Order: sequence, then structure tokens, then C-alpha cells
Amino acid sequence: MAAIEILGLEKSYTTGFFRNKLKTGLKPLTLTVEEGEVFGCLGPNGAGKTTTLKLLLGLVFPTAGTARILGRPIDDIEMKRWIGFLPEQPYFYDHLTPLELLDYYARLSGVDARERKAKVARALARVGMGEHGRTQLRKFSKGMLQRVGIAQAIVHDPRLVLLDEPMSGLDPVGRREVRDLVQELHDEGKTIFFSTHILGDAETLCDRVAVLNKGELRGVGIVDDLVREVKGDVEVVWTGAQAVGPIEALGARTKITGDVLRVVLPEAKLDQALDALRQNGARLTSVTPVRATLEDYFLSKIDDAKDGASADGAHATEVRA
Amino acid sequence: MIGRLWAIAFNTFREAVRDRVLYNLILFALLIVGASVLFGQISLDINRIVLINLGLTAISLFGIIIAIFIGIGLVSKEIEKKTLYTVLAARPVRRWEFIAGKFLGLVMTLMVNAGLMSVGFFAAVLYVSHGLGRADWPLVTAIYFILLQFVLITALALLFSTFSTPIFSSIFAFAIFALGTFAEDLRGFAQMAHGVTRWAMTFASYLVPNFAALNVISQVAHDTPVEPRLVLLNTAYVVVYATAVLTAAVWIFGRRNLK
Repeated sequence: MAAIEILGLEKSYTTGFFRNKLKTGLKPLTLTVEEGEVFGCLGPNGAGKTTTLKLLLGLVFPTAGTARILGRPIDDIEMKRWIGFLPEQPYFYDHLTPLELLDYYARLSGVDARERKAKVARALARVGMGEHGRTQLRKFSKGMLQRVGIAQAIVHDPRLVLLDEPMSGLDPVGRREVRDLVQELHDEGKTIFFSTHILGDAETLCDRVAVLNKGELRGVGIVDDLVREVKGDVEVVWTGAQAVGPIEALGARTKITGDVLRVVLPEAKLDQALDALRQNGARLTSVTPVRATLEDYFLSKIDDAKDGASADGAHATEVRA
Repeated sequence: MIGRLWAIAFNTFREAVRDRVLYNLILFALLIVGASVLFGQISLDINRIVLINLGLTAISLFGIIIAIFIGIGLVSKEIEKKTLYTVLAARPVRRWEFIAGKFLGLVMTLMVNAGLMSVGFFAAVLYVSHGLGRADWPLVTAIYFILLQFVLITALALLFSTFSTPIFSSIFAFAIFALGTFAEDLRGFAQMAHGVTRWAMTFASYLVPNFAALNVISQVAHDTPVEPRLVLLNTAYVVVYATAVLTAAVWIFGRRNLK
């Protein structure tokens, strides 16, 4: 069974003083997330990631389309017993302690009174907050709040966990811990759907990803398959400084180490580069494909939306950076 | 459902207590003690009248102010701080349950607050009257009517909180309270007007909550009994009015996109 089935889900908002301007939050989106998957929803700010999550969770209402979560319509309130959600930059009732907060959420989720205490303690321990259970949340740092946020998302042992920018506000150690936790939840058979713009995390964790930009789905699939779609770069190494000019005329910058020169070029320009080396009497040492990353795929999809030539230039610069 | 309502109500109550809302009790205690000592020099009857007027008005006003200032943030603050995302998004909580739980939580806070004030108030009455008897029952009725006022004003503040900012909500709530206090005068003015003005004023006078009918402080201060029929009518009026206001709040909140 699919954990999430989205069929043509769409959201437009009216804006302006007279509510006469239409703004598109999400263009018709069709997407399926299988049960047990770790699914990443990628996109720059304003891409429609959070809107998608809010539509799925009933916080905003769709203009058109439908969706099902764990086989039930998104307006079925009982389905929510089985899902957990971490909002972006979570803010909680700061008069409560983590123990009280999680107990409150567990009550609302219908966790049995006999199990509640143990589940709350376990959730806090899993995010490394076991020792801070009795401190009021108003005294916590952003990173600690993020951990509590993750704990509240899993306290009732949900089957599907939706995380909106889960690494936001965390230091490298915290990010590593969250990655490990997501992996643990995955190993327990839970479905994880998370939005992020930190591509390294998505590449490490996700079985599949979707790329959204300007409210539109730009691509979806298994990370390796998507990366293979990207025409990669090649690294060319040679000796013979006289070829530097013609090679750099192709739009790449040469790195020089002693007698050895190297350049990274788009694969499409390889033939021209080899011709330039031959014509200038340089001695070719090696040509090595540079493996494309999820970042390359992501940027290629984001650049598709930009205008032609200028977008290509920007892409090349960003990829090398 | 009851468990969820109770959880939301208790959380609202706990938040109010931890935000030191009950500190107003100290001010109330000082006021009552001060009044008892100050007016204790005057004759017994006047002292009692002043104490009842002052005590019950303070219980009413303190509660109304708390109801408005907390009520206007009950929903809007949760939206602004995004705390309700974790309640409504991934918990089996219906939007009407959230509204009802918030309402019950604030009413519970006000009841506890008024209950504690009432204890102090009756202690002061006991002190100046040298005893409490059946003749003091109207005081309980007056406090009951004050509690009914709290129910009304909480429902109204909550309604405004579902669609407006706290500043505008507080302006609306105070304006409605002021108008409602003069609801019966409005009806009198309406009778003197003509044509469309008369129709509009009559409509407005019945639309605003009739806080005047819930204020029997002056009456009980002068030991005039309150008719049981008024207790019944006022209770029915508040139940119907508050239910209508809360239904409107649920209707508005149920259709709101929580962006």
C-alpha cells in the first residue's frame, strides 16, 4: 500500500487588498510515496514543499485534487493517529517542560494512559533530551527545540513521519544524530517524508526524491537514476603549458601543479578540448569522468526554469562552486 | 473526544497559571482588605454596601480584563507562533475540538480565579457583617451572573481571535462589552427613534450581548433579592448566545487556511 498518494493536488491563494490577485502555491502535483520509503522533497525556498505538507496535513485546503495517506483520505481525522509531523522552525508551548509537552501530544494522539509515560521517556531519550525532561522549553536553544520537535513527531509511534526541514538549526553533530535517527526509523519500517534544501542529507538518506521549483514538480525518482540523467563533467589532465589559453577559451579554469595541468569541463566540450591539446602539442595524461551529484541534478532542474543562455552560465558556475 | 477536549482545556488553564495570570488575586486581596479597613470606620450598613459593590465589581472587571486579554490570543497567538500546527496537523483533533477546548480552558481559568476571589470577598463580608446567613444568598447569585458574563466575553474574544489580530480583537471585545453594558439603554433609545434608525438600533441592541441583565451588583448590595426567573432566563440566554458565537468561531476557523 502507498503511504502517500497525491493526485493532482493544487493550491492557489488570492492576495491583494481586494483579494483579486491569484498566487499559485502548488501547481497540480501527482506523486506516490511507498510505505517503508525515505522520500525527500527538495526545492529552494518558495518551491512548494511546505505547501505540499500543509495540504497533506489539512492545515490548508486544496484548490483542486485529492490525496490519500495510509489508504485514507486526507480529511479522515482518524488517519492522524498514525502520522507524526515536525513543522519547519517549530515553536512549542514554552511554559511546558518536554515531559509535559510530549505527554500532552501523546494524549491528543490517543496513546493509552498506561503506555504514555514510557513512550514519552523513550522519545526524549531517542533525541538525546532525556536529561532535560523537566526544564521549561523557554530555556532551550533552537537546536534543543528541534530535537524536542522530532521527539513529539515520534512519541506516538507513527507509521508515517513527515519532517519539514528537520536539520534546520542543528549543528553538525545534531544533524548527524538526526540522520541516524531517520535511518533507525526507516529500519523499523516507518515511512519518512521530509522536505529539505540540504542536498547532502537527502542524498545520504533518501530512497527517492522529488524536486519542486516554483510550485511545480520538476523531477522524481531514485537518487542514482536521477543523477545518471545529468550529463556529467570530465577531468582532463595533461602536460604542456602552451595549451592553457585554448583550453580556457572553452570556459574552464586551469589548475597548475608543477608541470601537470588539469581542468574540469562539461562532457560536451571534451572533443574540443582534446583537439586543442593535440593542436598545441600538449601531452594528454588522463581523462576521468566526474560523477554527477544530486546537487548537479537539483541545479539542472532549477536552472530549467530560468532563461536559456544565462541559466546555463549560472549552472556551470554553481556546479563548480 | 472528551479526553482531547480536556487535554486542550487543561493545557490552556496551565498556560494561564504559569503566565502568572492569577497574580491579579494579590491586587484583589489588597483592594478588599484596604476597603474593609478603610470603610470599617463608617457605619455598618454603608460599609457593607460599599464592600459588596466594590468586591463584586472587582471580581467582574478583573475577570473581564483577563477574559479579553487571554481570549483574543487563544487562536491568533497559536497561529502566529505555529504551536497549533503540531496539534491540528498530526493529531486526531478536529478544529471544533480545538476551539471548544480553548474556550473551556479559559472559562476554567476564570472560574478558578473568580472562585478564589469569592472566598476572599465572603471573608471580607463576614468580617464587616459579623456573620453570613440566608440573606446573603443574592451575593452568590450575583457571582453566578458574573461567571455568565465571563462565558459570554470569552466566547466573543475567541470568535474575534479566529479571524483578527490581537489588537483589533481587543478593540472589538472591549467595544462589544461596553455596548452590551448599555444594551437596555440602547433599546430605550431605539423606542424613541423612527424609521430605519429605529429598526437598526433595535436590531443592534438585540445583537449585542446583554451584559446589563447580568449585572445585579447594585441590587444585591441593597439586599434586594434576585428573582429565580431571572436566573433561569439569564442562564438560557448565555447558553444560547455563547453557543451561537462559538458556532460562528468554529465555522470561521474551520474554513481558514493556516498558512
